[in-house]
Amino acid sequence: MKFSESWLRTFVDPKLSGEELSHLLTMAGLEVEEEETVAPVFSDVVVAQVLEVNKHPDADRLNVCRVDIGDGSPKQIVCGAPNVAAGLKVPCALVGAKLPGDFVIKLAKVRGIESSGMLCSAKELGIAEDASGLLILPVDAPVGQSIRQYLDLDDRLLTLKLTPNRADCLSLTGIAREVAALTGEAARYITPPQVSVTIPDVREIILDAPEACSRYCGRIITGVDARAPTPEWMKRRIERSGIRSISALVDITNYVMLELGQPLHAFDNTKLCGAIHARMAKPGEKLLLLNEQTIAVDDDVLMIADDQKPLAMAGVMGGEESGITLDTSELFLESAYFSPTAIAGRARRYGFGSDASHRFERGVDFGATQTAIERATQLILEICSGEAGPLVEAVADLPPRQPVRLRVSRVGRVLGVPFSAAAIADIFTKLGLPFVQTGDEFVVTPPSYRFDIEIEEDLIEEIVRLHGYDNIPAPAPKGRLSMLPQTESARHLSNIRQTLANSGYQEVVNFAFVEESWESDFSGNADPIRLANPIASQMGVMRSSLFGGLVANLVTNLKRKQGRVRVFETGRCFKRDKVGVPVDGFHQPWRLSALAFGAALPEQWGVSSRQVDFFDIKGDLEKLLAPLVASFEKTTHPALHPGRSAAVVLDGEIIGVIGELHPAWVQKYDLPHAPVVFELELDALRMATLPQYAEVSRFPAVIRDMAVVVDQEIALKTLQDGLFKNAPALVKELRLFDIYTGKGIDSGKKSLAFRIVMQDTQRTLQDAEVDAAMQHLVAYLQSAFAAQLRV
Amino acid sequence: MQNLDTIVREACDAFAATQDPDMLEQVKARYLGKSGQITELLKGLGKLPPEEKKEAGAAINLAKVSIETALNARREAIRLAALEARLAEEALDVTLPGRGEMRGGLHPVTRTLERIEGLFRSIGFEVADGPEIETDFHNFTALNTPDDHPARSMHDTFYLQDESGKVAEGILLRTHTSPIQVRYMQQHVEKYKHLETMPEIRVIAPGRVYRVDSDATHSPMFHQVEGLWIGENVSFADLKGVVADFLRRFFESDDLQVRFRPSFFPFTEPSAEIDVAFMSGALKGRWLEIAGCGMVHPNVLRHVGIDPEKYIGFAFGMGPDRLTMLRYGVNDLRLFFDGDLRFLRQFV
Repeated sequence: MKFSESWLRTFVDPKLSGEELSHLLTMAGLEVEEEETVAPVFSDVVVAQVLEVNKHPDADRLNVCRVDIGDGSPKQIVCGAPNVAAGLKVPCALVGAKLPGDFVIKLAKVRGIESSGMLCSAKELGIAEDASGLLILPVDAPVGQSIRQYLDLDDRLLTLKLTPNRADCLSLTGIAREVAALTGEAARYITPPQVSVTIPDVREIILDAPEACSRYCGRIITGVDARAPTPEWMKRRIERSGIRSISALVDITNYVMLELGQPLHAFDNTKLCGAIHARMAKPGEKLLLLNEQTIAVDDDVLMIADDQKPLAMAGVMGGEESGITLDTSELFLESAYFSPTAIAGRARRYGFGSDASHRFERGVDFGATQTAIERATQLILEICSGEAGPLVEAVADLPPRQPVRLRVSRVGRVLGVPFSAAAIADIFTKLGLPFVQTGDEFVVTPPSYRFDIEIEEDLIEEIVRLHGYDNIPAPAPKGRLSMLPQTESARHLSNIRQTLANSGYQEVVNFAFVEESWESDFSGNADPIRLANPIASQMGVMRSSLFGGLVANLVTNLKRKQGRVRVFETGRCFKRDKVGVPVDGFHQPWRLSALAFGAALPEQWGVSSRQVDFFDIKGDLEKLLAPLVASFEKTTHPALHPGRSAAVVLDGEIIGVIGELHPAWVQKYDLPHAPVVFELELDALRMATLPQYAEVSRFPAVIRDMAVVVDQEIALKTLQDGLFKNAPALVKELRLFDIYTGKGIDSGKKSLAFRIVMQDTQRTLQDAEVDAAMQHLVAYLQSAFAAQLRV
Repeated sequence: MQNLDTIVREACDAFAATQDPDMLEQVKARYLGKSGQITELLKGLGKLPPEEKKEAGAAINLAKVSIETALNARREAIRLAALEARLAEEALDVTLPGRGEMRGGLHPVTRTLERIEGLFRSIGFEVADGPEIETDFHNFTALNTPDDHPARSMHDTFYLQDESGKVAEGILLRTHTSPIQVRYMQQHVEKYKHLETMPEIRVIAPGRVYRVDSDATHSPMFHQVEGLWIGENVSFADLKGVVADFLRRFFESDDLQVRFRPSFFPFTEPSAEIDVAFMSGALKGRWLEIAGCGMVHPNVLRHVGIDPEKYIGFAFGMGPDRLTMLRYGVNDLRLFFDGDLRFLRQFV
């Protein structure tokens, strides 16, 4: 809601500066979003009349004018404007005037002719862009008056960012009411005189949909001059409220809407046929609107119609055919109450909105329907002349205003500071809220212009609003102290993130909606969860893996010459699932995913450079999981290289995957080589075990090494698991410390070297039993894996 | 005894001229060795008459001590010189960079979220989480946002397709983290239904949220933290106290100006918008909108089975992205979701 401060001050004029007024409104919940001045600072410019215009003797484009500035001694002024002419009234900057941009007018000679002042264009005064000629003032402009005063250029324009509950402030009257309540200053409201009815013409009004339209006032006015000019003051006020001046009749309806908050509509009465109906749209009904858009209306749209045809989309926009033009001489003027539920969303559905629908959607004062039509009639008769017919009104059940109970004790409990009954009564009186007080209880009946007072808390908000939110103290709150749980058997997410960050990974946050191709590439998901209204096609589906985002991060960072990329993200992934918890149909697990690309270590003088590989990242993953120990099993995954990918298994359950990106995607996404990635279920990562003490042996450990040659295909894990299972109890550790293939080893074979730690908690081991244990291990390997001991 | 002084002087000179420890021992032998000059003199004492013996012996011993002292000093000097030479040889260019993996870092918004969580934990708030694909009920209805509310239109909310390609009924991407609070309240009520008075609810709900909006100051996905405190006597004054305290601790600025002004949200009444103004820095003196809050609307409490006559409380919501921007001077929201390492590494 934009309006001019000086217009507001004609309703209520508190002793506050413009800045104080803005602050007052903002702190009362009517946020002043924008403040503008009408004109920049300038001085000593007056209304002047050009008396005589003569060609400059030495310059073709200049004229020498004699100008009356109202002081009785006409001045000689040289002027270059093409539209200068004798008799015109224009702004004149006097000698000594300061114009915008610190431009000072001095007594000067222009091509040898003395000039004492300057005639001004709108641009020179900074009030409009028009620099094509002098700003021509109306003929009745008083010569000698300050132009600032004459054009009200000290006015300020305020734009309120109104919350949807404060529709009552979508008018000057409403804002004035608020300012009066906040300051105690008396306000002057619009009370139009009853116009004298001079013709008998009426139109019947029928409320076919009384829930949607419960009050409709109409009146015929004939003999109207639609070409009459809009008075300057009216034009200025509506233009300063951000509404374009169109014609006197349209301007008047807009003016009254701004004054009272009641949207009005004027029909060309000669285009109407029979009675006026407020009814729901009929099946297949179409209407050409004033914005030249033809719409097929749904049956939940309220229409204004006559006996034959639809005329307007009620409360939203009038029809083109029944609209007024400059040739209209007979009007049918409408002032009605449409319920918010009947209007809400309709305009948006057809892709537009209007000042009228904005107001009706939020609630228009149904107690001011008649005031508005009387006020508009008065202005029409004054400005466009004409003869008014009787006011016809149809009324059904108006919105009830249920009385709201308020307990003084509840006010104190909710706000945290006590309020007396007297203070509350005072606030209600200031707000003009009618109430009945019985001891410590009030019953308030909200007025017709308030749509936001239904429960006790609504009244409490009014009380604290008027009291001032700033005047409520802000103490440290009191509460019962009880400690929050600190689960040691669950890792906090921040700990997990920090561990990865410490391993060199940078956290990223990617959008949860991704390109559909990512879903098929990285998850093999041909039927992803699609958005019904994506913001862009490349953000059309919900991700079921975090891989896509990380690969995209890699691509963008490579473009930015970042050759070494280590990133990770934690976030939810989304999959259809019949028994989704807690939302049926959707599984939404938290995942953690990481990607590493480029050198294994940051480029450095003392380290030879090599590309990061599977085992680097596996190491990071193992570090992340510790103290949990996962096993890794060969797997296939759509995103990963089939020979270089593994499922991460914890307690027999797959909790994630790790691997090199599949060569197909390396090529498709134009990567210089393959990044290594992993993705884990975060819930599994969050598990932690409580440490359990085991006795530390005081006796020395015996360490022996053993190397065996086995088939290349045998996975270390299988061999090592079997070995450990079959080892004597004194074997405590079995560590692979070398793998060798090449010279001395047959092709298809590999040599595995183990370090074996043996120990007993109760005694020192004898050589003989150590030797026996070693022989046992070798024998097992020979029988289970056809291993040959390497010596 | 002129001779002894000469021997001592010669010995000292010879020691000083020696740089090598082995050479020094050879020089030593010339004076103190088996047939060294001093040794010879001592051997010759026996031939002297007894009255001279004592005096001469004392003089020779004095010379011997002098030579030994000089020798030890020289040994030490050579040892130190050798040590110094070795140390000099071993010296490194300590300005060369260290070796190994460098540290990665957390996303700046994560930093902010962790600080927010820490501050609220310190006064007993738990941290709750919830689904991002939500039901219409939890996102809107339970939060007193009626069917015809503009926030529910296709305009602001992301909806999903069902398997047949139609708009999925009653399902959406959450537009705020308030549904987490709804779920938390429901669970809390269920957990304590056997008690006459349930314990207080103190919880914050951080997370990612989605709205159909995208420009320099809006992202279709962004972060939110909502907070909730419900008890028998939790007032608007408490709300002001908690939120103002939080903001001053978060920005580590005791003189941060905080103001509350009336606003409107369907799920709170009275409602307030919270502005802050810094007393220094680039944004000094400007009021900046930072959060929304209010007393939980009785309808919201009723929806989750809490009696609004018995319990009252407050809720607040704020944007960690914006808090992060203000805290670190970031001027473009989009940087948070761009994955640019040159930006992110500034927060290591």
